[in-house]
Amino acid sequence: MEGLRVAEADLVVYVHPSKSNQVRRAVLRQLSSLLFTHDEIFEGVVLAYEVNIPSKRAKVISGLIPYIGVKIKANLLLFSPKPSMLLGGKVVKLGKESIHVVVLGFSSAAIMLEDIREEFKYKIKHGEVVFASSSHKRHVIKAGSMIRFQVKSLDEEILHISGSLLPSNTGCIQWLSKHGTEDGSYADRSLKTSDIQREMQEEGPLNTTTGDKSPNKTHKHKSKKRTRGDR
Amino acid sequence: MGVELQGYDFPVGVVEDGYLSDSEAFASVINVINGVRMAPSLVPQSNKEQYDYLVTVVNPGKRIGQDDEALMATALKALSRAVFRLDAVYHGSLLNNIFMSSIWDYGLDARNALLELITTLATVPDKFLDNCLYTLLHNLRPPSRLKAPFNQSKRWLMRKEEVRREVYLALNCINTLVPLAPARLKILIEKCMPRFTEDKYVLMTYVEGILGLERNEIGKFLGSTVLARVVDLLIDLDVNIPWEDILQEEPNKGIFAIELGECNEDDEYTTIPNMDTLGLVKNTFADKLDGLMVVACEHLKSCSESGHLLEVFERLSEIFQRAMLKLHKSKFTQFLMFYACSLDPDTCGLKFAIMLTDIFISKDEDPDSRMKAIAYLASYLARAKFIPSSLVASILKRLVDWCFEYCQLQDSWVNKISPQADRVFYSGCQAVMYILCFRLRSICDVPQLKQLLFHLPVDSILHHPVLDPLKVCLPLIVQEFLRQAQTARLFKKPMAHSYDNSLESEFSKAFGGIQRLDMFFPFDPYLLKESDRFMRPNFEFWDMVKTTYSDYDSSEGEDSEGEDELKDLGPSNFPKDNDDEDDLDLKIDKMSITPNPSFLHQIATNFDQSSQMPARIRPSQSPPSPRHGFLYTKKEERLDDQKI
Repeated sequence: MEGLRVAEADLVVYVHPSKSNQVRRAVLRQLSSLLFTHDEIFEGVVLAYEVNIPSKRAKVISGLIPYIGVKIKANLLLFSPKPSMLLGGKVVKLGKESIHVVVLGFSSAAIMLEDIREEFKYKIKHGEVVFASSSHKRHVIKAGSMIRFQVKSLDEEILHISGSLLPSNTGCIQWLSKHGTEDGSYADRSLKTSDIQREMQEEGPLNTTTGDKSPNKTHKHKSKKRTRGDR
Repeated sequence: MGVELQGYDFPVGVVEDGYLSDSEAFASVINVINGVRMAPSLVPQSNKEQYDYLVTVVNPGKRIGQDDEALMATALKALSRAVFRLDAVYHGSLLNNIFMSSIWDYGLDARNALLELITTLATVPDKFLDNCLYTLLHNLRPPSRLKAPFNQSKRWLMRKEEVRREVYLALNCINTLVPLAPARLKILIEKCMPRFTEDKYVLMTYVEGILGLERNEIGKFLGSTVLARVVDLLIDLDVNIPWEDILQEEPNKGIFAIELGECNEDDEYTTIPNMDTLGLVKNTFADKLDGLMVVACEHLKSCSESGHLLEVFERLSEIFQRAMLKLHKSKFTQFLMFYACSLDPDTCGLKFAIMLTDIFISKDEDPDSRMKAIAYLASYLARAKFIPSSLVASILKRLVDWCFEYCQLQDSWVNKISPQADRVFYSGCQAVMYILCFRLRSICDVPQLKQLLFHLPVDSILHHPVLDPLKVCLPLIVQEFLRQAQTARLFKKPMAHSYDNSLESEFSKAFGGIQRLDMFFPFDPYLLKESDRFMRPNFEFWDMVKTTYSDYDSSEGEDSEGEDELKDLGPSNFPKDNDDEDDLDLKIDKMSITPNPSFLHQIATNFDQSSQMPARIRPSQSPPSPRHGFLYTKKEERLDDQKI
């Protein structure tokens, strides 16, 4: 699936003095507040993190409240869908005008009727609502099936994605994996390889070891992250 | 074109041709919506009229007939398909009307259609999710026009259940479609909580609804938000009940006075004033708090029945530490914790006691919190029937050990009592004494626990030459404690303590501080009527307590009017004549007894009261009530028998 990457980040977390006896917990809590929200600096949604506090020394900030600036190294799993990426998700609801999908269990996506290609028709089969393909008998989209769709636009606040089933390599993943190549769509295959290449490009520089501070690595400096231990 | 034109005239079309098919309805609705999708000044009049008509159809706002409801349901279903074409600006009034709907008024079809619409609206990227959630939460309140006599009718109760179920279902649907919705729901719950000044029925219905939501599947995403808000509401009501309504002229004069209000007609001797004279009953805040406590306790009970009590208890503990503990003398809200503990004494009861002990002993907490914690602990251990003596004994050990260490650390050159500086210590001592007043007898009844207790350095703490807690703590408690301790021979040498009948000394005022934490007994008898039934079975009234100096079975006192109680009278009052009565562990003949003032008066005045009932501030003036009178006559006979 596109859009997922692991990034390394050098961060500074500011811990309130009242939490100075439980620094690691405060740091984890602060990072947890980042989860499932879109962050501009990371350009994506943080899904998971792994924290390493390398040094036992931290700088105390001078000011009204002497926050403790703890330097950490974190591995972050980021999800940053961009338009025209292909994503996979599970169908939760089928309406006459729309298909509702949930991506990675947290992001809701909706595909409008006008973005669904002509071959799919709304039908009721065996009492169940489905979108069935008129050209391929077995290609059916129903509630609970995993489908691949293309991203049209992304709403960052609630992480809602508008999707499209227009490209021919979209549809039910199960069917596509079996019949994708049989269709003779070379376009599919080339898209697939370019997908793989793109993914490798993104993850490539990140797999080098941590000690390296070369400029083409995606590490970000984060300043001004405050944490308050209560509520 | 012809079909569409006909579609515009909704009423005519419906009546004449039967009902519109879904696709026709959909097509016409789409047209109406598209018709106003432009700057308001450019909209043609006919389009505007159609649109306004649609707006009124969608939410008539009053009771409507069957046909109108069917029309509304059709329109709503059509709109459900058209949600993605709705615009927040152009279709503002339509959306407003939808979000203002109260689904209580409508029949099943219309309700379902409306909820379907709201659920679908929620999936439109970021525009309407908050509004949809707000509408659903708002529908947990009863409709405003529902007045008192009708809200108890069966029809409304059934409707309430249905509506609630449907709202929960809708919220769960939204949760499936938009997995991050609970995060917004949390924020909205915090905002939408009703204020404590609202009507009692509204408050009760809403809180019941929101607690039901917490029990629901979606509740596990909400964390402790719901409980925290509910407790905040309870606290708001609690602090608004004025103390004057509860206390009588002399506040707290009878810590150990008779507490069972209903069987005693003497107002003076009760800490619970008789219900007729109680100003508390008429207080609206108390009334609301009462109702809400009932709702909250029912919620706890159903959590316990479904096996989730422990999680709820953990959240409640945290809320307690954060909110209630810091509160200055909350009156009834803490009984929520009491009830929760009573539902599962072995786990929850234990945890609560340990939590309070830990707060008292911890060095990280501020002195006020520690004093409040120990006051809670003392009152809790004294009053909770469901706490076994073994737990009480082990906690006493911890407290006494802490006090002992504190004593060791005292500088020997300081020879003046400074209650303010050592206030945590004094509150600890007072707590130990208070707990023992209630529990000494039951601890002594178990040999191992008695051993444990007697090995504790209570003596050296209470008789510490410098700190001298007996002078500083509340005299009433000290007096009662010494009396019981004497009978139980807790101290190696008997002590003559001047019976100081004053309520408080200068010293106790000093250590209590401005908040009078020396007189803070949070679990004193519960005064709210309706919710009392949850607390009463587990609450230990002072009358029921078996003290060491009187050992008839007082729990039967109310019913059996006397036969069983007569055989065992306080041994301290009969130094010689009780050979046939010692089924007690106490070796009476070895006890050197200082003359008990009550013994001297026993024939003349209300003998039964001085031996059965604990310390009083002044001799009783009133004639004994019928119950006591009966005992009195019987005992007189007994005395005559034994005299010779």
